[in-house]
Amino acid sequence: MSAPPILLETDGLIVRRGSRTVLDRVSLTVRAGEIVTLIGPNGAGKTTLVKAALGLVRPDGGGVRRAPDLSIGYMPQRLAVDPTLPLTVRRFLALWVKADAARMQSALEEVGAAHTIDRAIQTLSGGETQRVLLARALLRDPDLLVLDEPVQAVDVHGQIELFGLIADIRARRGCGVLLVSHDLHLVMARTDTVICLNRHVCCQGKPEDVSRHPEYMALFGRHAEALAVYHHLHDHAHADDGCVVPVGQEHTPHEVHGDCGHDHGGAGHSHHHHHTHSSSAGGGHSHG
Amino acid sequence: MDDFLIRALAAGIGLALLAGPLGCLVVWRRMAYFGDTLAHSALLGVALGFLLGLDLNIGIMLVCVAIALALTLLQEQRRLASDTLLGIVSHSTLSIGLIALAAMQSVRVDLLAYLFGDILAVTPADLMAIWGGGVVVLAALALLWRRLLAITVDEDLARVEGVPVRWVRLGFTLLIAATIALAMKIVGILLVTSLLIIPAATARRFSRSPEVMAGLAALLGAASVIGGLAASLYGDVPTGPAIVASAAGLFLLSHIVPAAGRQG
Repeated sequence: MSAPPILLETDGLIVRRGSRTVLDRVSLTVRAGEIVTLIGPNGAGKTTLVKAALGLVRPDGGGVRRAPDLSIGYMPQRLAVDPTLPLTVRRFLALWVKADAARMQSALEEVGAAHTIDRAIQTLSGGETQRVLLARALLRDPDLLVLDEPVQAVDVHGQIELFGLIADIRARRGCGVLLVSHDLHLVMARTDTVICLNRHVCCQGKPEDVSRHPEYMALFGRHAEALAVYHHLHDHAHADDGCVVPVGQEHTPHEVHGDCGHDHGGAGHSHHHHHTHSSSAGGGHSHG
Repeated sequence: MDDFLIRALAAGIGLALLAGPLGCLVVWRRMAYFGDTLAHSALLGVALGFLLGLDLNIGIMLVCVAIALALTLLQEQRRLASDTLLGIVSHSTLSIGLIALAAMQSVRVDLLAYLFGDILAVTPADLMAIWGGGVVVLAALALLWRRLLAITVDEDLARVEGVPVRWVRLGFTLLIAATIALAMKIVGILLVTSLLIIPAATARRFSRSPEVMAGLAALLGAASVIGGLAASLYGDVPTGPAIVASAAGLFLLSHIVPAAGRQG
C-alpha cells in the first residue's frame, strides 16, 4: 500500500526567541487524509510550530516543505474583532474569498452555523465563532486544514461535537488536518498521529502508543491516564456518558467523575474509590 | 457669502469626506493615540519645512512617515507598552517642534494657527491641495480597503491568505500622514485626530456594514464642519474648536436618538 502524498513537512525545524530555543529540531509530516494532532503543555511551542509551518514565523534552522499549490485552510486560535467594526458573518466570509451566497450558506451548513449568517461577528458565542472560522477555512477548498486550538472557549459537549465535525470533514473531503490542542482526552480518539511537543518532539505515533509513552506520562501526569479511558469509551460508543467505565480500567478525569456521582449513584461508588486513589497519586496538573 | 467663507466651507467639507472613512479604520484598528502622536509630530514637520525651504505639506508628511516607521520598529521590540511609547514620542516631538520653531528667528509663524487651525485663512492653493490630495488618498484607500479590513480582523489570517500585511500597514500609515498634513490648516495639529475619530464613533451606532459606517462618518464630519463654521460666524468663536465641538455635540446627540435597526 503506497502512502498518501505528503502535504506538509518540517525537517529539523529550529526557532529561537532571543537566546531561548522555542523549537528544537522538530520534524513532522502531514499526509493527505491524515489527522495529526500536536499536544503539549502551555509554552511548548505548539503555536510557534504551526506558524512556522504556515510561513508566519521564519525558522532559524531546518526547513518547511509544502506540497506545490497546496491550499491551506487556517483557523486561528481566536478572533478579536473590535466591537466598533460592524461586520456580519456574511461580510466576514466575503473578506477572504469570492463566494456567492449559496456557497457561503452551504459552508456554514456544513459546520452547523447557518443561523449565524446575518449576525454581527462579535455577538457569536465561542463555539459559533469557531464554527464560522472553520467555515471560512472550508471556503478555500483546502487540501490541508490547520486548526490552532479549535475548541478554545467551547464547553465540553461542544468540544466533542467540534472534534466530530472535524473528523467528518476529513472523511468527506479527504483533506489533511494539522490540529493543535491541549485538551488531551477529547482530541486523541479521532486522531491518526499524535505528536507530543515540549519544545522538542517528546514522542509521536498512534494515540494509544503515545498515551503509554513514559515521556508523555511525565509531561501530563494524571491527565495522561484520562486518555486511555476516553479511548475505551469511544471504541464502545459511549462518548456522551463519561461514566461507563469498567472497574480496573484507568482512572477517570476529575471533571467527568464529578458528573458521575450525580447521575449514576451505583457506578459512582467504585469511581469514588478510583478518584481518591488517583488524586493521592496525582501527577502535575499541566492543564491550563 | 464671502469668498473666504466659501473656501473655508469647501476645504472643511473636503477634509471631512476624507477623514470619515480613514477615521473609521483608525477606530477599528484602535489607533487613535497613534494618529494623535503623528499629528503632534507634524509641528516638527513644519519646522523642517521652513528649515529646508520645502512645501510645508511635504515637510509634515516626511516627518510623520519617519515617526510612523520609527514607532513601528519600536513597537515590534516590545520593550515598552505601546501607550507609554506613544506618550513619549507624542509629547517630545511636539515640544521639539515648538522649540525648533521658536529658535528660527528668521521666520515669524502664527503658532496658534498650526496648533488649532485657521480655516478662514484657506487660500485657493490650499483648497486645491485638499481636494486634489483628498481624491488621491481616497482612491488609494479604496484600493486597499478590503485588505485593510482583512488585517484589521486578523493579521495572521490575512498573512496566510497572502495579504502583504506590512505593506498594507505602511500604506495606511502614509494615508494617515497625508491626511494630517492636509488637515492641519483646518483644525490644527492638536485637533486633527478628533476629526478622524469623533464622526466615526458617532456613525457606529447607525451602521450595519463597514462601508455604511465610512460613508456616514464622512457625512457627519461634513455636518460638523458646517455647524462649526456657522457657530464661528454667528457666535464669534474660534472655528477649529467650534468644528470639533459640533462633532462632539453630534456624538452626544446620537446617543439620545434610538439606533436604527438592531445594534450589532
